[in-house]
Amino acid sequence: MTASGYWRAFAAIVHRELLRFWHQRERLIAALVRPLLWLIVFGAGFRSVLGLSITPPYQSYILYELYIVPGLCGMIQLFAGMQSSLAMVYDRAMGALRVLLTAPFPRWFLLLARLAGGVITSTLQVYAFLVITILYGIDVPWLGLLTVLPALILTGFMMGAAGLLIASFLRRVENFAGIMNFVIFPAFFLSSALYPLWRMEEANSTLAWVCALNPFTHAVELIRFALYGRLEPPALAVVLAVTALLFAAAIWAYDPARSFRAGRTAISAE
Amino acid sequence: MRALSFAYGERKALDGISFAVQPGRFAALLGPNGAGKTTLVSLICRLFEPQAGTILIEGRDLRRERHRALTSLGIVFQERALESELTVEQNLALAAALRGLSRSETRARIEEALIRLGMPESRHVRAEALNAGHRRRIEIARAFLHRPRILLSDEATVGLDIPARRSLIALVRTLVREEGLSVLWATHLADEVEKDDQLILLNRGRVIADGLTREILAGIGTDSVEAAFNVLVSRSTP
Repeated sequence: MTASGYWRAFAAIVHRELLRFWHQRERLIAALVRPLLWLIVFGAGFRSVLGLSITPPYQSYILYELYIVPGLCGMIQLFAGMQSSLAMVYDRAMGALRVLLTAPFPRWFLLLARLAGGVITSTLQVYAFLVITILYGIDVPWLGLLTVLPALILTGFMMGAAGLLIASFLRRVENFAGIMNFVIFPAFFLSSALYPLWRMEEANSTLAWVCALNPFTHAVELIRFALYGRLEPPALAVVLAVTALLFAAAIWAYDPARSFRAGRTAISAE
Repeated sequence: MRALSFAYGERKALDGISFAVQPGRFAALLGPNGAGKTTLVSLICRLFEPQAGTILIEGRDLRRERHRALTSLGIVFQERALESELTVEQNLALAAALRGLSRSETRARIEEALIRLGMPESRHVRAEALNAGHRRRIEIARAFLHRPRILLSDEATVGLDIPARRSLIALVRTLVREEGLSVLWATHLADEVEKDDQLILLNRGRVIADGLTREILAGIGTDSVEAAFNVLVSRSTP
């Protein structure tokens, strides 16, 4: 296959994801309602309870709502990544995944293209959220909308790769509740999305240690610093490494023959 | 196929099968449920790796030249594999891009395919709005869009009513006749086989007959594919 063949296939898979997203516009609304509830309701409630000192990247005292914006961006991407795993399970059950995997391209390339489509849709959701956040009166820097883009792409890839990996182990769409309980909630709550790690350290040093190990924490911090035009190298390193690891694991897990040998019928067999 | 084997754990699904589809012919891969047809199709389109044996597609070893070999194949799966939210045109365009067709080729071939199917008005219809027969026809068109030399079909008529089944098979036979397409048509329905077809009978993971249907029937002394099928299956079942 020529380079242009690769490009056309890549663009077609991304286009398919965008079309599917467009046809499921309720997904956008659902994706926005969740973080907006956190921002408006939870944020208002905790504003007076939780004091925040001046910590980088902030240069003055900030409202609690502003603090949780990067975490809520991460939350949107986390849910989008897990939803893409759900879509993958659905595609596998319906046969659409077979069509993709039997195309004359390397499997890693096909999965990467699918992942890229998911990243674009999740990034669009984050931008819609950020615009509403600004309109609501939260002081997110306008320039930050530009500087945060590379961070959102990277973190989107990380969450999407996690979704791909989970999809290879998920047999049924009904098991999504398990993902909520065992992936999304722990990843979100055991992170710096809702409270700075130094506050967690004061309350429980073990939990703070777990939060510091959580890749989602680093994704949130990458977004937080990027919103202020700053790069947080440790967060970048963790996000890049975890993304590469998860994607490699997802490619390995998507070998249907290996799935059979492991006793998991990834694709139904006669 | 040469000495092809595959097992799910301890259970052998294919046990050293060998056969060749004759070029430009409709080859029916007939077998009861559980014979190994879907496993064979999954091996040919490289969803699974064979544990032993070789698959050659147009002389290319699938293990060594996967992508080139897959380019020669058009595949119709047992599952309804159209993207239900996309239109017919979008489904076909996606398939064309996945086979490396340019935009202009894609446009021309979609146009041609829809005319051939007698469904030009369906271009902008969402796949979910099509009936089962039309969905299958679009899947055949999708599989043939990149002009493969071989069409691989796994129980494509399952779930269709009799007129839709007949119409679908007639469409594929037209492609064989007019385009010189080779077809491997996996089915458990004996009435889909015609006397001039190549017949490959599969039972319990083994090929129990391979040849021209007319000759196999003559060997058994019957005029009915179903009767021959029953005789051969009962002979091969301990």
